[in-house]
Amino acid sequence: MTDAGWISSILTAARPHAVAALLRNFRDLDLAEEAFQEACLRALKTWPKNGPPRDAAAWLIMVGRNVAIDAVRRRSRLQLLPPEELISDVSDAEAAVADRIDEADYRDDILRLLFICCHPDLPVTQQIALALRIVSGLSVPQIARAFLVSEAAMEQRITRAKGRIAGANVPFEIPGAAERFERIAAVAAMVYLVFNEGYTTSVAEHGARAALCEEAIRLSRLLLRLFPTEPEIMGLAALLMLQHARAPARFDSQGRVALLEDQDRTLWNRRLIAEGLALIDKAVRHGRPGPYQVQAAIAALHARANRADETDWPQIDLLYGTLERMQPSPIVSLNRAIAVAKVRGPADALAMIEPLASKLGGYFYFHGARGAFLLQLGRAEEARVAFDRALALANTPAEAAHIRAQLDRLADGAAL
Amino acid sequence: MQYAILCYHDEKVTCAWSKEQDDAVMAKLGAVMGRLERQGRLGPVARLLPTTAATTLRKDREQPLVIDGPFAETKEQLLGFYVVDCASLEEAIEIAKELAAANPGGAHEIRPVGVFFPGKVAS
Repeated sequence: MTDAGWISSILTAARPHAVAALLRNFRDLDLAEEAFQEACLRALKTWPKNGPPRDAAAWLIMVGRNVAIDAVRRRSRLQLLPPEELISDVSDAEAAVADRIDEADYRDDILRLLFICCHPDLPVTQQIALALRIVSGLSVPQIARAFLVSEAAMEQRITRAKGRIAGANVPFEIPGAAERFERIAAVAAMVYLVFNEGYTTSVAEHGARAALCEEAIRLSRLLLRLFPTEPEIMGLAALLMLQHARAPARFDSQGRVALLEDQDRTLWNRRLIAEGLALIDKAVRHGRPGPYQVQAAIAALHARANRADETDWPQIDLLYGTLERMQPSPIVSLNRAIAVAKVRGPADALAMIEPLASKLGGYFYFHGARGAFLLQLGRAEEARVAFDRALALANTPAEAAHIRAQLDRLADGAAL
Repeated sequence: MQYAILCYHDEKVTCAWSKEQDDAVMAKLGAVMGRLERQGRLGPVARLLPTTAATTLRKDREQPLVIDGPFAETKEQLLGFYVVDCASLEEAIEIAKELAAANPGGAHEIRPVGVFFPGKVAS
């Protein structure tokens, strides 16, 4: 790897720790970010010469803090500038800082930093953009590309989000156990949103948006290191890894959606699957199931099947039943119906989703699934009406293409 | 004499590698491994999954204690390792407990293996 390559990997890895600690110091997000940026510039200057410090995060915090204090002084013109070497020469002090800042300190600092991004006053898209900018350190152009908006629009969105949280009271005291748990849950939900934002995509946008999925996985690993005994965090990380492992197979060579049962499973990322399976295995030992663990367990059953017809559908049906009880939602019931169709046949599945029509009438997947069940039952005319509805509600060209393929199949069948 | 070469790195950094960076590193390592393999000098090689997937069994007490997360003490040293094939983490923990009963004291860190290459050392 080139110098710039290894340095940027280290800076990226240290960013959440360093920005979080600087935020605690200065209690000002902009100042913390500026201090971190300045520390990174100095790292790019001195690390190639001196080699990377043993504890990069501690170095960046120390230098960032000196730089920011210096900037404040410079503004107030009270003191002359200290020489450059004094600011960046922290090799002696570094070990002492590293001793003082252990993982436990980072834990609440980073959780606070993440929690700020999920402030309830912020709309979801702003939460995600803010987390990607502040915690992950993605550049505004990178985030704009991932959201498919202009850089100017994204810049404005992030500035607006920062303005909103600047006015909000961010708690800086160490949270109590119950409060910490609430924060973890809010942050986990935000990480899941980042992932979904990247997952809902078409092939043309796939490259740019896959970065969001990768960032979400990185954030889930970060959470896992901070809270190694939370089974729901293990479940969240496992869920994201198992879903993202299928990304290389989600579109066929023509850019059409490949449904799970049609995917070329040799394209699945085996290393991510191994990690996801290990994590869900670890989570279930706790005997404290939660929605992320159940969803991860469902994804794990798909991942374990080398061929679509080896899928353990009865177990998936049971797990969706558990999820329905934990988190009742028509979407979960719709997903369960897919498993029910495999286990008990399309008639049962259709009977199960018919009552959802009032809630899911505007939902693409509802009409797509309904059409598929009707088709399997040989009710071609009703299937065609359902597919037409789905086509009108398709969100992406790939979704539309998939439904058109179903309609073509119907038309062929009718001609026979 | 056979030597074990243990690999240490900051996993926050290695996990931040892009797929391309990771593949490039693996390809360069593969070239070194390939040469050693042809010479019959390469024993088993394992790439472990991140420590976030680790579980630790403390075996310095009457009832061994299972803890989430990696082995984090610095006053004990790495003395050896086993590679066992298990259907679940539960099975691996059971085996570690058996080993612990045979040799109490210290700890076992149980880490899933991501990539395994059995290798063969010519005798």
